[in-house]
Amino acid sequence: MNQQTIQLRRFLGETGELARFTARYFVQGGRPRFELRELIRQCYVIGVNSFPLVGLTGFIMGLVLTMQLRPSLVQYGVESQLPVMVGIAIVREIGPVITALIFAGKIASSMGAELGSMKVTEQIDAMEVSGTNPFKYLVVTRVTAATLMLPILVILGDAISLFGAFIGVNIRSTTSWDLFFRQIVDNFSFGDVVPAFIKTFFFGFAVGVIGSYKGYNSSKGTEGVGRAANSAVVMASILIFILDLIVVQITDLLGLN
Amino acid sequence: MLHNKTYETNAPQTEPDRDHPPAPHSPNGDQPRSQEAVIQIEHLCKRFGSNIVLDDFSLSVGKEENVVILGKSGVGKSVLIKCIIGLLRPDSGTILVFGKNIPDLNHDELDRIRAKVGFLFQSNALYDSMTVRANLEFPLRRHWIEMSQQEMDSLVMEVLDNVGLAQTVDMMPEELSGGMRKRIALARTLILKPEIILYDEPTTGLDPVTGREISALIVEIQRKYHSASIIISHDMHCVQRTSDRVAVLIDGKCYAEGTYETLKSSPDLRIKQFFE
Repeated sequence: MNQQTIQLRRFLGETGELARFTARYFVQGGRPRFELRELIRQCYVIGVNSFPLVGLTGFIMGLVLTMQLRPSLVQYGVESQLPVMVGIAIVREIGPVITALIFAGKIASSMGAELGSMKVTEQIDAMEVSGTNPFKYLVVTRVTAATLMLPILVILGDAISLFGAFIGVNIRSTTSWDLFFRQIVDNFSFGDVVPAFIKTFFFGFAVGVIGSYKGYNSSKGTEGVGRAANSAVVMASILIFILDLIVVQITDLLGLN
Repeated sequence: MLHNKTYETNAPQTEPDRDHPPAPHSPNGDQPRSQEAVIQIEHLCKRFGSNIVLDDFSLSVGKEENVVILGKSGVGKSVLIKCIIGLLRPDSGTILVFGKNIPDLNHDELDRIRAKVGFLFQSNALYDSMTVRANLEFPLRRHWIEMSQQEMDSLVMEVLDNVGLAQTVDMMPEELSGGMRKRIALARTLILKPEIILYDEPTTGLDPVTGREISALIVEIQRKYHSASIIISHDMHCVQRTSDRVAVLIDGKCYAEGTYETLKSSPDLRIKQFFE
């Protein structure tokens, strides 16, 4: 068997395992006992801990995007459209994707490392012995929390990004927040906001599933934990782009673009 | 080759035999132990791929009896106790714990058995993200034990007192030394007042002094809680100190069993190597 065949088999095997893991999430997540307390804790940990990073990157992104776009718009004499262009770019694409990537970097890696080290140190076995379904307690709660928290973080990130854009606009000209905001909102359509918001749930789910899957199935030893954290980020980031591509195709087919 | 060689008839029996009383060797007390079997393993087989780990393994453990499983690293000692607690599923054979066959139990039935069986992990398996108090309360909360917070607090302090670490109640596991972590893990095992305790290499990774302290603690706990124990170990001091009976695991089988002294005087080289 040549190297490509081995790699293909390994890829297909991993894809199958990931599909089974995802199916297990739905089966176990739908059955009582529901770990609500742990879910709320995870929502807090995932949401609150990610917010400063998402906020900071969102602000810089909005500011830089505005400053980079201005010369081109000035060249074509449409500088007045700067808030609209930046607003649509942030809400439709850049906000969700960049926030999801930042989220993947922070959350998928921490899930991979945390669950991986719990496995290595037998904490997952200890939970099972203590009358706890570890998959439900550790995986279902984390995946659900990531799915619920990313859309909220994207909304907050977009808002901070738009504030960054407002600052960017005001560096070279003077616009009131009221005018800036109305210009953006008046030009938004259903297709700009709703698909972009819906896809963030899928991004969050992907980050949660990949992070948990890699950690829960990490091989023994510190090297295995490191590899789990690293591959969780890489795989989650790639999956975010693939999902984004699929969402764009679907919205295009539905005439929402 | 010897198989299941019994150097001293110390195997649990359902009816006490007055003509052949249990072995006098009892490091944990002078009273002979009750011989009602709480764990009965028969013809247990477990393999991982082509690697046969347990091959027709049989053993029984009596009530309030400490049985040490002695064997080289990697022969399947940990696999055996993980099968007993239901963390691993055997390929064949029966594991009766309190008369219930573990592989046949559903999740709820298994949880009910697990509430009566404590497991001390080799790596301690303390939850890093929780304080010592939360670690100890975890099994109580997860097994749906109805208890007020006040009762829970007093139980936590009681088991911490039993392991001599009451002052660590609000510390994080990372702030504790290796020996302290082992004691806390033991306290977490004790919090449900288990009737059986499974120890997976309780002294491995500890310095000799701390190892001896843990061995003494195991004996003290057995005396206080009247629990039966299976202790996986290759630390001969721990084996000598804690065992009522020793079972030697070789080639996936219970190769020999008997008291520490009888096995120590065995002429069989495969047994003798552990005592040299």
